[in-house]
Amino acid sequence: MNTPTPITGAIVIALALLLTAIVLNVWRLLRGPTAPDRIVALDTAQINAIALLVLLGIARDSALWFEAALLLALLGFIGTVALCKAVLRGSVVE
Amino acid sequence: MALRPFVDWVIAALLVVGAAFALVGSIGLVRLPDFLSRLHGPTKATTLGVGATLAASMLWFSTRGTGVSLHELLVAGFLFLTAPASAHLLAKAARHVERRDGGAPPPHDGATVHEAKPTTAPGSRRPLDGTSR
Repeated sequence: MNTPTPITGAIVIALALLLTAIVLNVWRLLRGPTAPDRIVALDTAQINAIALLVLLGIARDSALWFEAALLLALLGFIGTVALCKAVLRGSVVE
Repeated sequence: MALRPFVDWVIAALLVVGAAFALVGSIGLVRLPDFLSRLHGPTKATTLGVGATLAASMLWFSTRGTGVSLHELLVAGFLFLTAPASAHLLAKAARHVERRDGGAPPPHDGATVHEAKPTTAPGSRRPLDGTSR
């Protein structure tokens, strides 16, 4: 990895900020208090994970990480919708 | 290339600003008092943070000499499309849980509630008679 200096420093800072954000999301996920709170926490953690994957893609200089981010974006939305439906209706597929 | 240091600084700034926005959204998720405020933080700030990070990724991979990289627009477009939809569903779910558990209804329901019936608690504008389900 032969990245220029400003980007190397920025990657370290952004990594620390994003990991702090995910830790805060996990705190809300465990704390609740209601089911929608936990769903929002999961949804936010998933969006932060997308940012983390894109960041790691820049750090490793590989476009492969992007595919994982795209997959997570698709599956995360479907998961959020399914969880919301489960809270609203008691089941996902009626 | 003479433009290289400038592009590097722009990428670095986008990365830090994007991660900072994501952190601000997550702090809002922890600190804000009620559910709808907590929904507000992540759905705006965090989406914007991911947008900035994706812009940095586009700049980075486009200036590698291997052609223009635009597939980050897929993730950005998809996130910007789905964030309002999932926020809407989450608000609906929260409203459902609130009404099921007999809490105070959302403000715009207050006008249609039967005025004659006495409320059970001074704070709640809707009687807890089981019709709220």
